[in-house]
Amino acid sequence: MQRDHNHPTIVTIEKVIDETPTVRTLIFSDEIMSEALPGQFAMVWIPGINELPMSIMISKEPGKAAFTVRKHGPASTGLFNMKVGEQIGIRGPYGNSFDLKEGKLLLVGGGTGLVPMMRLLTFVKPRDDVTVLIGAKTKDEVFFEDLAKSLLEEHHRHHVIVSTDDGSYGEKGFVTDMVEKLLSETKFDGVYTCGPEIMMYKIVQSANSRRLFVQASLERMMKCGVGICGSCCVGTDLVCRDGTVFDGLHLSKNKEFGFFHRNKAGILEHY
Amino acid sequence: MELSLATSIGQIHLDRPVMLASGILGISLDVFKRLYLSGAGAVVTKSLSTEPWEGYPNPTIFSVKGGGWINAIGLSNPGAPNFAKIIEPNKDVPIIVSMVGSIPQDFETMIKQFEHCQVTAYELNLSCPHVAKVGLEVGDDPELVKKIVSTVKNSTHIPVIAKVGLGTSNYLDTVGAAIDSGIDAITAINTVRAMAIDAETQRPILSNRYGGLSGTPIKPIALRCVYEISSKYDVPIIGCGGISTWEDAIEFFLAGASAIQLGSAIGDNWISVFHEINKGILQYMKRKNYSNIKEMIGLAKRS
Repeated sequence: MQRDHNHPTIVTIEKVIDETPTVRTLIFSDEIMSEALPGQFAMVWIPGINELPMSIMISKEPGKAAFTVRKHGPASTGLFNMKVGEQIGIRGPYGNSFDLKEGKLLLVGGGTGLVPMMRLLTFVKPRDDVTVLIGAKTKDEVFFEDLAKSLLEEHHRHHVIVSTDDGSYGEKGFVTDMVEKLLSETKFDGVYTCGPEIMMYKIVQSANSRRLFVQASLERMMKCGVGICGSCCVGTDLVCRDGTVFDGLHLSKNKEFGFFHRNKAGILEHY
Repeated sequence: MELSLATSIGQIHLDRPVMLASGILGISLDVFKRLYLSGAGAVVTKSLSTEPWEGYPNPTIFSVKGGGWINAIGLSNPGAPNFAKIIEPNKDVPIIVSMVGSIPQDFETMIKQFEHCQVTAYELNLSCPHVAKVGLEVGDDPELVKKIVSTVKNSTHIPVIAKVGLGTSNYLDTVGAAIDSGIDAITAINTVRAMAIDAETQRPILSNRYGGLSGTPIKPIALRCVYEISSKYDVPIIGCGGISTWEDAIEFFLAGASAIQLGSAIGDNWISVFHEINKGILQYMKRKNYSNIKEMIGLAKRS
């Protein structure tokens, strides 16, 4: 029977990479997921445990894709603990993707928010001047720096900057302050971000105040992935179907972005 | 000739006959407004309970190979008091508040909480097929249905709808019990109790194991139920179950429904489905020379 992308397709984990003590990348074979667009996600079923939305990570091998997961709650810890040979179910890809501009591009990722940024890097053109900014609290939590550099090898002009809150690696300070500094020095043609919402909120503000094109990929609690259940609503928008990627100007009119998310019962909670 | 999509379900008057079914997209007033502006005649809220409910862990919803959706969301909702605050500013959107409970007092309590809200109607969920002690377990007990409907009718002057489904007792007895106690309208049907097992991992996929089947596979069943109810009883009916096209909508009118609800079709066709169905109904009415929905209702029952 033809694949139904809204029904879990079972894949086997072929390789596990430890990125940090709490972050792992799980690689599997799947043509459709390997061709996902940056910003798109899959609903990932961990049999017997849970199902959760995951941005679709790239793999260097053709026909393969991956999920990069930080262990946090029961669902993400369940996925984190999956071993080579074990099976997961995947639905999707869901959602829209980043609109790629040309010229000077700034990509800012915090934590596993780097996943769509890595996929975006596979779409930028060799003549683009690309700056990747990786934000982390501390040295132990930095990952994808080498990957970002290797993806930009063919680019004449590119910069991969790491900033840590405590200064234990790379530049010292909050990634949002680094963004503010970069935006004041250089006129970027496109700013792209994914990571903690407060971080994205500040970056969108910084870019909007300079009238720069900026897009952010949002995360919310999700159940269906297709715009039926309503769990992921942010104001009038459904992150799963209208997003995950939204324009900065659109977000600046959204009263929930940067301030509220909904819990499992649908009650608004402050960040 | 002036064509009108307006319809009346008893004392419930709507500008357009296609509503958002309960359980779908229903936790933000902003989203309700968006749906109304997209062509929905009314929105039915998620079924509210007296307290907030988190629902079941994922997986809670996915599609069935070959068509339709299966879900066991578990009636997650912010609870009636929180939800009343969400919809209190509403003035424009016809909102039908769906409620779920085990005993008459649950419903009585919740109706008090919506006193300051503009509510077009209440819909009693007597048919959710995947949560214990509420929904279908209540609907399967016609005596309890009588008590609940009587209590609700005594608590409010706003129209009250009972949403029925296919349980272990004859759903027509549930409809009869609701009518005997003064119900204003019936919504038929809810999702149909079902499950999905994954052959590869050899497990039920839903965390709750059992869920409800919705979407196109249940449309002929829902249509049969609307036809049966309208043949047996004189009660306004809202058709619900697998409606995704204007033709489906017309079929439900012909079977005896005064209005329809949809949900799963949004998963397949997104929010434009309301506008598409409204447009198709109007074109059909023009072609068949009808000026309003009422002229079509129950026509399939002609001998």
